[in-house]
Amino acid sequence: MAVNQKKPSALKDLNLIRTMIRQHKRNDLAFAGLGMFVIASLTITLIILFLDLVLDGYPKFTLDFFSNFPSRRAARAGILSAWVGSSLVLIVTFIVAVPLGIAAGIYLEEYSKKGWLSDIIEINVSNLAGVPSIIYGLLALGLFVYSFGLGQSILTAGLTLALLMLPIVIVSTREAIRAIPVQIREAAYAVGATKWQVVLNHVVQYSYGGILTGVIIGMARAIGETAPLITIGALTFIAFLPPSPVTIDPPFINLDWLNAGFTVLPIQMFNWISRPQHAFHINAAATGAVIIILTVLMNGVAIKLRYNIRKKIKW
Amino acid sequence: MNEFKLMRLSLAAVVTGIFSFLAPAYSAVDIVKIDGSSTVYPITEAVAEEFQIATGIKVTVGVSGTGGGFKKLCRGDTVMSGASRPIKANERKKCADAGIKFIEVPIAFDAITVVLNKKNDWAKELTPAELKKMWEPAAQGKITSWNQVRDSFPDKPLKLYGPGADSGTFDYFTEAINGETKAIRGDFTASEDDNVLVQGVSGDKGGIGYFGLAYYTENKNKLGVAAIKNSDGKFILPAIETTMDGSYNPLSRPLFVYINSAKAVSDPKVKKFVEFYLKYAGEMAREVGYIPFSDEEYAMITNHYKTLKTGTAFIKPAIGLSVKEMLELSGASK
Repeated sequence: MAVNQKKPSALKDLNLIRTMIRQHKRNDLAFAGLGMFVIASLTITLIILFLDLVLDGYPKFTLDFFSNFPSRRAARAGILSAWVGSSLVLIVTFIVAVPLGIAAGIYLEEYSKKGWLSDIIEINVSNLAGVPSIIYGLLALGLFVYSFGLGQSILTAGLTLALLMLPIVIVSTREAIRAIPVQIREAAYAVGATKWQVVLNHVVQYSYGGILTGVIIGMARAIGETAPLITIGALTFIAFLPPSPVTIDPPFINLDWLNAGFTVLPIQMFNWISRPQHAFHINAAATGAVIIILTVLMNGVAIKLRYNIRKKIKW
Repeated sequence: MNEFKLMRLSLAAVVTGIFSFLAPAYSAVDIVKIDGSSTVYPITEAVAEEFQIATGIKVTVGVSGTGGGFKKLCRGDTVMSGASRPIKANERKKCADAGIKFIEVPIAFDAITVVLNKKNDWAKELTPAELKKMWEPAAQGKITSWNQVRDSFPDKPLKLYGPGADSGTFDYFTEAINGETKAIRGDFTASEDDNVLVQGVSGDKGGIGYFGLAYYTENKNKLGVAAIKNSDGKFILPAIETTMDGSYNPLSRPLFVYINSAKAVSDPKVKKFVEFYLKYAGEMAREVGYIPFSDEEYAMITNHYKTLKTGTAFIKPAIGLSVKEMLELSGASK
């Protein structure tokens, strides 16, 4: 009897298994579809927003727009002081945040002893990456502007954005270092390299790709920041440029530009969008498109560099 | 490592590119620093632009808001500050503590405009008392339909849109309509961006809101406007003429600049800028959508400025002062 019943039962099981497989394949398909839908809707939203900005701002994409100062006449107004300000601030940010961030990342990953102190630092760094940018602005106002007396200058703005960018650089440096196989280190130690030599000639070399990605993503975030710069007093109307850092007379370098007042692209955009006249809204749209293009370009460069560097590394 | 050389090279190229633009000489002392209200900003920006072209003296204008601007003025960071409301007692005290005296100069009018949805054909004329009924704190949660404001109005939901509490327009409107600064019902849609209010009222049949005249002028095709009953019992529409002749009241308000009086004497650049400002304030105000005073009034203001009399006319909250009264009263703080 048991034998008689076994055959139909096995068939039944087989059918059950087949239904199960079909069910799971359906699930796969459904999830893939859902994922596709989510990604597509996000991408399409971004593209529509961007196209909207470009279409609105299209008439302003002229050389004049980039070489004119802001003006009360929308047609004559340009973003010269804004893009120069943004560039100078980002240069300061880059010079400060990148060496500090990479050094801190290397120290935390390679040198620091694991203990309660490094735990606290680690928790702090991870949390700092999520602190709202306005907090950095308030900190900078108290510390850089008033305590250190740096004023409302390009230097202050660069340092503020550097603070904002630092956690991103540190975290990405550490992740890049962690991704290096332990055999590489062991091999280097085995031939008698010191710790410093291992770090400098191997660890840092191989983690460039990841570090670079972090740096550029951090810079892309910094370029769009408005809140901390408004807090420290970025200007809205400034129709002249900071002094040149290079002079004809010795000592050839002039650091006055660090103390100059400034404005940046997002603030210029914010100012124009709140004007009643429609013509200013067109300027704002064009400025927005410029910011997005810059961000996409920076991210694109990051992806390309990472790809090239990864391709060259063979373990 | 090629990428790195490339990156360094391109970075160097960008840096040199930027620097080749830059002017050679620079000193922070040479700059006339101005800050203050975002409402006054367009006028100051226009004057600063022309001044820079005419004289070559550098001027910067920030937008910290009226309160933020006073803080900077009273710390000596700036020499002039735009204000969409008169200076308050606590701000006066800060200035006095820092030993900074200021000259109060009215520079133009703004007409606070009560706007309606384009389809609203019933509320073309409103009285301040009716506005109070809609906006006063006691109306919160209770006055929700137009027919509660006036019996003849239809039973349509009443939707209120107004500037947020940081705005000088808000301060003036609450004082003029509700009788107390910042006293207002909590259940209205607030935005610091007047363009958002334009969107809100134009998309809501029962919507009503208020903001500066320039935003209505630019959006005439999208919005309706209410005439407001003035002190003579006439319903007056906001416009340049009705504001200039004083018939549009109580919702027309003066805008000011406050000037560090010591700097106005000792610093020739500041002196020059203020004189330039007074000369062109009317023309520039009109150009950017505000309402100028009459030539006669500007002459009075200029003469008053030349006496370098410090202080404010607004020791007590005051609504609807004429330019003459403001000038006569200023210095009352001493």
